[in-house]
Amino acid sequence: MATKVQTPAGTKATEGLTNEEILRYSRHLIMPEVGMEGQLKLKNAKVLLIGTGGLGAPLGLYLAAAGVGKLGLVDFDVVDFTNLQRQVTFGSSDVGKPKSEAARARLSNLNPDIQVQAFETKLTSENALELFKDFDIIVDGTDNFPTRYLVNDACVLLGKPNVYGSIFRFEGQVTIFGMPGGPCYRCLYPEPPPPGLVPSCAEGGVLGVLPGIVGSIQAMETIKLILGSGRNLTGRLLLFDALEMGFREFKLRKNPKCPMCGEHRTIDKLIDYYEFCGVRGEEASAPDLKVPEMTPRELKTRLDRGEDLFILDVREPHEYQICNLRGHLIPLGELPRRVHELDSSREIVAHCRSGKRSAEAVDFLRKAGFRKIVNLKGGILAWSDEVDASVPKY
Amino acid sequence: MAVKVLIPPPLRPHAGGRAAAEFAAKNVEEALGQLTSEFAGLKRHLFTEEGRLRSFVNVYVNGEDIRYLAQEKTPTKDGDTINIIPSIAGGAAPENGAPLRSG
Repeated sequence: MATKVQTPAGTKATEGLTNEEILRYSRHLIMPEVGMEGQLKLKNAKVLLIGTGGLGAPLGLYLAAAGVGKLGLVDFDVVDFTNLQRQVTFGSSDVGKPKSEAARARLSNLNPDIQVQAFETKLTSENALELFKDFDIIVDGTDNFPTRYLVNDACVLLGKPNVYGSIFRFEGQVTIFGMPGGPCYRCLYPEPPPPGLVPSCAEGGVLGVLPGIVGSIQAMETIKLILGSGRNLTGRLLLFDALEMGFREFKLRKNPKCPMCGEHRTIDKLIDYYEFCGVRGEEASAPDLKVPEMTPRELKTRLDRGEDLFILDVREPHEYQICNLRGHLIPLGELPRRVHELDSSREIVAHCRSGKRSAEAVDFLRKAGFRKIVNLKGGILAWSDEVDASVPKY
Repeated sequence: MAVKVLIPPPLRPHAGGRAAAEFAAKNVEEALGQLTSEFAGLKRHLFTEEGRLRSFVNVYVNGEDIRYLAQEKTPTKDGDTINIIPSIAGGAAPENGAPLRSG
């Protein structure tokens, strides 16, 4: 097969591939399913990644490696030390840098021939349509319900496919929303869960490699969409169970009554997604409980004075093993049936890792009639910061 | 051989950590009713106070969404599998209460 326009090595051409590119992508080109035609499709494709974290890492790396001509990276966060356990685009030297910029540098190093654009911004109803319009495919690698609905709605309004991936602990979901005739996110989930009802990931954590696998599947689906090959996941929800190491598939249908993509659309512009998801302000979790508090310094002072305080630890056993204040351990989920272990005549200080779960515990116990109970403000993390730095943070 | 109900990871803490349970049930309503009788903590995660299935939970019988079959009256027989799929949003594991971040 004769190649098309061959330009001198190192120069860019959208009609053909340079000699360098031909060499770089040789493993694609020798596949009849890709070939020059397929590689040119990749070169001319424009993909926007929403989120450059656990899912965004393999996504960005594999799409850049494959030669997707233009990649946009949307993320307003900075690289945190705890990200390095799974966000493999970043290195130790990137801690503190804006993620979109650190990812842009990494991907440009991997493939200097493609265009990588960093958008260090929060995705909002005000900017989504403008941001999306210059791209062909949107890939959703975010971690909260308001943004997932925002991405979905913007994609449906603009007619762009939305390659969706999400994870929880050991499970992942992947599908493609927004294809012509296909379902959208609202067809599957017309309403978000009220805050606090879906278990938070705080106690959950995640094995770093799980978003690595799920994000790679998203990258594969994106490449298949660009090439037009294989059978993509439109209309199918792929469920991945890492513990069983198995995949299951579920049929997804377009809901004819869907308010967004159905026959009689009732939503024709982007809304306030935080309000839709019942969330106020920046928090994705339930609003802060107002309970009586004690600071770690106060606790330390009173313990040193020999006061008889009962420390209640509402974390999980494996957290207790990491570090503890020698408190009495009753995991939050077990508190209702183990409340008899507590003496309401004693002064109780409840703590957890950061102060959220213990606030719930204090609220629960006060409603159960306990009067002498307070929450340790900031949890064991704050204890480490303010009282005893030898206590590890996690 | 009864009807197998698979419990998704986000709901397992409310089912004593179980990943699956089996019941003799003629339809989805019976199966889920028995499930929430055995694991009371699951009830509010699956059903509204009025007893309707929550809309962010999807139920499949043998891979088909019950919304396109007979909803809760979708018949089940021995050997069938019911999957419960709640919506999950994680792209990573954000801290409880931390600002919304990327996945």
